[in-house]
Amino acid sequence: MLKQSDKIFTNLYNDFGWEIDSALKRDDWKNTKDIISKGKEYLISEIKNSELRGRGGAGFSTGLKWSFAPKELGSRPHYLVINADESEPGTCKDRDILRFEPQKLIEGSLIAGYAVGAHVCYIYIRGEYFNEGQRLQEAINQAYEKKFLGKNACGTGWDFDIHIHYGAGAYICGEETALLESIEGNKGQPRLKPPFPALVGLYGCPTIVNNVETIAVVPTILRRGSKWFSSLGKPKNTGTKIFCISGNVNSPCNVEEEMGIPLKELIEKHAGGVIGGWENLQAVIPGGSSMPLLPKKVCDTITMDFDSLIENKSGLGTAGVIVINKDQDIVACMARIARFYKHESCGQCTPCREGAGWMWRILERTVKREATLSDIDLLEDVTKQIEGHTICAFGEGSAWPVQGLLRHFRKDIEKRCSGEPIVKKKRDIPYLVDQHLLEKKNA
Amino acid sequence: MPKITINGKEIEFQKGMTILQACDLADVEIPRFCYHEKLSIAGNCRMCLVEMEKSAKPVASCAMPAAEGMIIKTNTEFVEKARKGVMEFLLANHPLDCPVCDQGGECDLQDQSLYYGVDKSRFSENKRDVKDKYMGPLIKTQMTRCIHCTRCVRFATEVAGVPEIGAIGRGENMEITTYLENSMKSELSANVIDLCPVGALTSKPYAFEARPWELKKTESIDVMDAVGSNIRVDTYGWEVKRILPRINEDINEEWISDKTRYACDGLLKQRLDVPYIKKGNKLEKSNWDEAIKLISEKIKKLEPSEVAGHIGDMCSIETIYAFRRFFENLKSTNLEIREKKFFINPQEKLNYLFNSSIVGIEKSDLILLIGCNPRHEATMVNARIRKAFVKNKVPIYSIGNPGDLTYEYKIAGDRSEDIKNIFEEKNEISKILKKAKKPMVIIGESALETKSGGFIFEGFKEFLNNNGFINEKWNALNVLIQNASTVGGLDICSSFFEIQDNFSFFDKLENKKFKFLYLLGSDNLNIKKENEFIVYQGSHGDRGAEIADIILPGAAYTEQNGLFSNLEGRVQECRKASYPAGDAKEDWKILSLISEKIDNKKLFKSFEVLRNEAIKEIKNFSQINQLPDFKKSNSKKIQFSYTPEKIDIKKLDYYYSNSICRSSKTMSDCRLNNKSFLKDGTNN
Repeated sequence: MLKQSDKIFTNLYNDFGWEIDSALKRDDWKNTKDIISKGKEYLISEIKNSELRGRGGAGFSTGLKWSFAPKELGSRPHYLVINADESEPGTCKDRDILRFEPQKLIEGSLIAGYAVGAHVCYIYIRGEYFNEGQRLQEAINQAYEKKFLGKNACGTGWDFDIHIHYGAGAYICGEETALLESIEGNKGQPRLKPPFPALVGLYGCPTIVNNVETIAVVPTILRRGSKWFSSLGKPKNTGTKIFCISGNVNSPCNVEEEMGIPLKELIEKHAGGVIGGWENLQAVIPGGSSMPLLPKKVCDTITMDFDSLIENKSGLGTAGVIVINKDQDIVACMARIARFYKHESCGQCTPCREGAGWMWRILERTVKREATLSDIDLLEDVTKQIEGHTICAFGEGSAWPVQGLLRHFRKDIEKRCSGEPIVKKKRDIPYLVDQHLLEKKNA
Repeated sequence: MPKITINGKEIEFQKGMTILQACDLADVEIPRFCYHEKLSIAGNCRMCLVEMEKSAKPVASCAMPAAEGMIIKTNTEFVEKARKGVMEFLLANHPLDCPVCDQGGECDLQDQSLYYGVDKSRFSENKRDVKDKYMGPLIKTQMTRCIHCTRCVRFATEVAGVPEIGAIGRGENMEITTYLENSMKSELSANVIDLCPVGALTSKPYAFEARPWELKKTESIDVMDAVGSNIRVDTYGWEVKRILPRINEDINEEWISDKTRYACDGLLKQRLDVPYIKKGNKLEKSNWDEAIKLISEKIKKLEPSEVAGHIGDMCSIETIYAFRRFFENLKSTNLEIREKKFFINPQEKLNYLFNSSIVGIEKSDLILLIGCNPRHEATMVNARIRKAFVKNKVPIYSIGNPGDLTYEYKIAGDRSEDIKNIFEEKNEISKILKKAKKPMVIIGESALETKSGGFIFEGFKEFLNNNGFINEKWNALNVLIQNASTVGGLDICSSFFEIQDNFSFFDKLENKKFKFLYLLGSDNLNIKKENEFIVYQGSHGDRGAEIADIILPGAAYTEQNGLFSNLEGRVQECRKASYPAGDAKEDWKILSLISEKIDNKKLFKSFEVLRNEAIKEIKNFSQINQLPDFKKSNSKKIQFSYTPEKIDIKKLDYYYSNSICRSSKTMSDCRLNNKSFLKDGTNN
């Protein structure tokens, strides 16, 4: 269990107040000028050494991402964009950072902005986080008053401004390129990659897009040193992480913990255990609704970090742990998630637009016990046809939960689909043959 | 050159190409829906997925830039599976109404699902239904068929330059629509029909008329304006069913204007099919013998100076040449090709050409429009200017206010003084012009129509010549001619022109010096008829036929072979796709018959002889389909008087500009539709 002294977000539960004065007491904005004066290379290498991985879901090395920004400022300005479009079901970590630890985020933006050469930072907040956005704006204003932002921010000689941009409630705008489109005022649809935003991003200029949590941990890492951060957790999965535990637990909560904490410990210690006891656990979605679920058998031993979850064909994602106990109909749960993805698909590219709705409809029929056995194979085919064929990662996000369900609960579904296919046909008929000819004997 | 391996074959490609283009080079076919060479890359249909070594996922070949050493495979099971998967998704919500769909037979989805799809669908849910949208009188919609490739959206915003088409909703509920379901306010709108890979956007006037395989296809040239867009005429029996663009990168790329495409239903209506003779105050049906006899008797009685001829806007070079020979035989010199009094000096060919060429627009670094509205006068030229504006951000200035041209331009004055100041170097524009490397000055008929038309033209020509902008490599002097017959007519009839007394024909016409007026397909000439005896030869019962004493039924442009010189001076062949209506004859044959009646001599033995002789008359002719040879300007500047006045860009009634358009129901619909736009609340 994480020691209190190693916690980064000490005000995660708003015990001390969010205002800048109390934040300063908690060591925010301490030595910021000295840290920045050590130079870009130092900052980037320090973050690289800390092995900080992006907290938005993909787990890409943050230091590496920063190093993609062109070293010298060319004719085009650089931008830093912070992704606060936290829309993944089961995830609410960024919300508490925005509400209770805004100065950590603002300080992190200045440091990150300096490291990637950006004078302007946009914080893209989902439209539903209106109050949180207002709170952040107040915090930004307070930082301006203290001269931590604006011209010669924090006495570093670097001009830095932060603007807040509200989304309009589309899940897909959390995808980094769709987010950039949305800031530009266009329809939020992901762009084709390459080119990547680090070279051609916002308004065609080099842009670094980071998650709120990633940026908010940066100042503490630099203050306490990369060695301290990398000593926590496991190799390549270092540091602390805010886990959001929800679902069938006794006390759902946000908690900052070390990476690589066993899932069972996380649920039992912090969330008051599964409703009905551990034995009543059916499955856990470890990283927000887009990650494949894990059955109880795996949950017994799994540790919560990027690599071990990938080994078990799931992912840490945003660390939104959704606990599902045996009182729930697992297929209905997945059908609900599929409906969410059907609703949130941007409609740009074919597989996701047509496939997300198809998956949802098959699952709905399965819930109602109207599906046939052949529908299960079809469902699996559909998920495979979406996965990897789309412009952005939404395709995977919508297909993986269903794949997880089929991987671990296939037998349950088969029981529900006891109805035989209406037309039984031989399975060994070669593909792409006129089927009506085969029915004739001498075909 | 960098190399890429496609299906085990190593090929060289140019830098900047995508994988799909490299595959095209290697003759490897990649199925596609959203990709279109002339539009930006969307990468959203996902049909073009290919396998790339070192990539776990298949990559969209249309969007991925090709790079040195890439290893691409398109014939593996992995790729086949990806394609079949995407195809199944595309067909999931696509209605299987091919038997009642107009796209049938030329549908990308149909063709590609045959080659790359599966024979049956596993989609057993209810199919999505989408409400049809109103998109104006030209585009019929059936939005359930839409596969959301967004080609139409990209065309509208990029090429046509109007923001009206877009997608609303997201996910499954995404729908393509026009803003508030109005029609698209563009002269290029119907090109989205060609672009649509499925039957979502089809042609409204052509709905349920024919199947593509029933039609006879003839490659031809458009004569609705002087651009000479390359078209394909599809006929069913006698009827011209539709007109489609043909790719010609030098002229129209692969677009055509709505007028070019849809005026063709005018070819079926208001046709003159027998000769008419005015008896009393009424035109009565007659026959060729009687009509020709009457004409020859009339002509024989008159002095040559009392006989005049006017050539209309859609006459081929051969017809004009035959007409000239006809008048030479009569010893009359009263021949005119212009419909309005705009100044032209036909001594040198470069005086009435679009010398920089249409392709040249893309190379230009400064465009100066003088009293012209290219959007209406030469739609495809305007599309090219927009392309140059979008691609090269070329600065554009205009003298006179032409209204919305779909691109930004600065108005640099609207009076003849402003033009005078430019070539007398008292203006900012002249400095900018002199600094430019490849400037273009486009002088419209409206500017040449002013009292100082001659002064403007000669002054500009001198200015450009003195600054070295008229040479073999770059010729900045451009005249924007409006009618298809004008450039060819000026070539052939230049000897009939008097430079100083540029409008002698019009003066004589107004002073009633002519007793016999022969209108060769001429409908737009302003005549106040008194005692003249008027013969109208043409295809449509329009303004010319209304005032005629004798009507001789001729052939329209789809019904006879002929050469046309476009505004660049490029000579192209218009081919016969159908037959003249009823008793109508081809134009040169009619002239030949009358000539035979007058002096017992045939004008020409055959059409081949006529064509060969006519080609010899074309100045600076190089080759068919090629630009004319450049000849240096040697003539001295001719002095003209100067009058200060406002340059008023004459509004062209775009959808009603010639007799075929005026007979077309579709064009009337468009015109009406366009007028109703102007009446809405925001822009009275």
